[in-house]
Amino acid sequence: MTHPLDEAAIAQVFRREFGQAVATLTRVFGDLDVAEDAVQEAFVVALCKWPEAGLPPNPGGWITTTARRRAIDRLRRESRREERHAQAALVERPGGASEEEDAFMHDDRLRLIFTCCHPALATHAQIALTLRLLGGLETSEIAHAFLVSEATLAQRLVRAKRKIAAANIPYRVPDDAELPDRLRGVLAVVYLIFNEGYAASTGDAVVREDLCAEAIRLGRLLATLMPDEPEVAGLLALMLLSAARRPARTASDGSLVLLPDQDRSRWDRALIAEGQALVRACLRRNRPGPYQLQAAINAVHSDATTAADTDWQQILALYDQLMALAATPIVALNRAVAVAEVHGPDAALEVVDGLDLEGYHLFHATRADLLRRLDRSAEAAAAYERAAGLADNTAERRFLEQRRKLQLKTPPT
Amino acid sequence: MTLYLLSVHYVEDQPPPPPHVVEEMHKGVMALNDELQAADAWVFAGGLEEPSTSTVVREDNGEVLVTDGPFPEAKEQIGGFWVIKAADGDEALAWARKATLACKGPVDVRPFQPDVEA
Repeated sequence: MTHPLDEAAIAQVFRREFGQAVATLTRVFGDLDVAEDAVQEAFVVALCKWPEAGLPPNPGGWITTTARRRAIDRLRRESRREERHAQAALVERPGGASEEEDAFMHDDRLRLIFTCCHPALATHAQIALTLRLLGGLETSEIAHAFLVSEATLAQRLVRAKRKIAAANIPYRVPDDAELPDRLRGVLAVVYLIFNEGYAASTGDAVVREDLCAEAIRLGRLLATLMPDEPEVAGLLALMLLSAARRPARTASDGSLVLLPDQDRSRWDRALIAEGQALVRACLRRNRPGPYQLQAAINAVHSDATTAADTDWQQILALYDQLMALAATPIVALNRAVAVAEVHGPDAALEVVDGLDLEGYHLFHATRADLLRRLDRSAEAAAAYERAAGLADNTAERRFLEQRRKLQLKTPPT
Repeated sequence: MTLYLLSVHYVEDQPPPPPHVVEEMHKGVMALNDELQAADAWVFAGGLEEPSTSTVVREDNGEVLVTDGPFPEAKEQIGGFWVIKAADGDEALAWARKATLACKGPVDVRPFQPDVEA
């Protein structure tokens, strides 16, 4: 090896291969804990061996094989109860070169995703399990990202794994009848991870970006494993197109910059190109779903060189389609922004005022913006104040308070 | 095979459903019981009398006390339950889906410890 393999470099390789190794070992040993511990042990072995011996030609294969041996050794040492696990593992063919084994391994990660995101588990447990077992994040990293103590997060993981074992939650890809429903659950978990990284500005910025990157990595993995599911591609496109704008979302002082005011030269062109290509592929397939439509809306935004160039007619048409599929008040609120651009703020305000979203800060922020454009300064200021009071994110709150002050300074016309 | 308790919950003090709904629930539950038996998933099932009919027996400082029940001081009470055998959690949940539709109440699915396994 030309460059030294330090602990950080080895950790990086492990993080990349963690999900596959845990997934395969879970199939072999039928136990998430055995799998997770064995991969962790393999990491310790790698820390001893790799700096001198260098990176093995197939690190993923090395990790799985080493972890498998470790697990068998350990099960042999331990009680009789585990005996049958060890026996089961021993009859497995060693190595992993056969085509059959490759196909198994391909499906292992899907099995693991569907088990981690099983609807019988609480959402926060689904997220923690996915990040830990599939993403290979440390417990401390996940705890940090979600602003809970490490002990709390560790407890969540233990409980979730305990429930999977006790309730005999199966390790398999759901059959065709269940798949659409279960896939929705998986996509929701990935998108929650993304949004946690994207929307919140509390906590460590680096950890947040890591969550976005991890969600995109999971999205890419799902897209590889389930190439025939258009909503999987839709979610990946949506995340890529959102992440592309991330560099322009915050000013140098850390304050929030809204879409119309963003410096579009700071958007990530490579991510946009990738996201737009996925959206085009989705359009060709013509099996629209909520993620694909949201991605398409974002694709239209990223097509515009300036905010004024935005094709709002197209965006409104996409929102109408989205409403037909998923008529939630939040979608209606976002659609109202497009209504304002196409039919004017009056029409949009009428839509917004009909929504039951009193406790949602963006409802008040949207209203405030429409009132501002209608020169109803006092009402706009009051709505900004209400929005700021409900926002739990510092950057957003500061932004809304600034907007409110601007309204107070503007004399009514 | 794992054993699962499928318990049916309801909120106390709510007006009972009208007779034709009770009739429908009864039919639905009977049909589900037949289906469970045909699939060899059936272990036991039954509906319970009202919580006010329950009595609590407990040990306190070496003395056994008998008091008026029910033990849970909650508004939600168990109205009845099934004990079923299932190959895995998803199979148990599939039965629970049918159970909640039959008895028109939320169904809590809980695994038994493995040493009680059938």
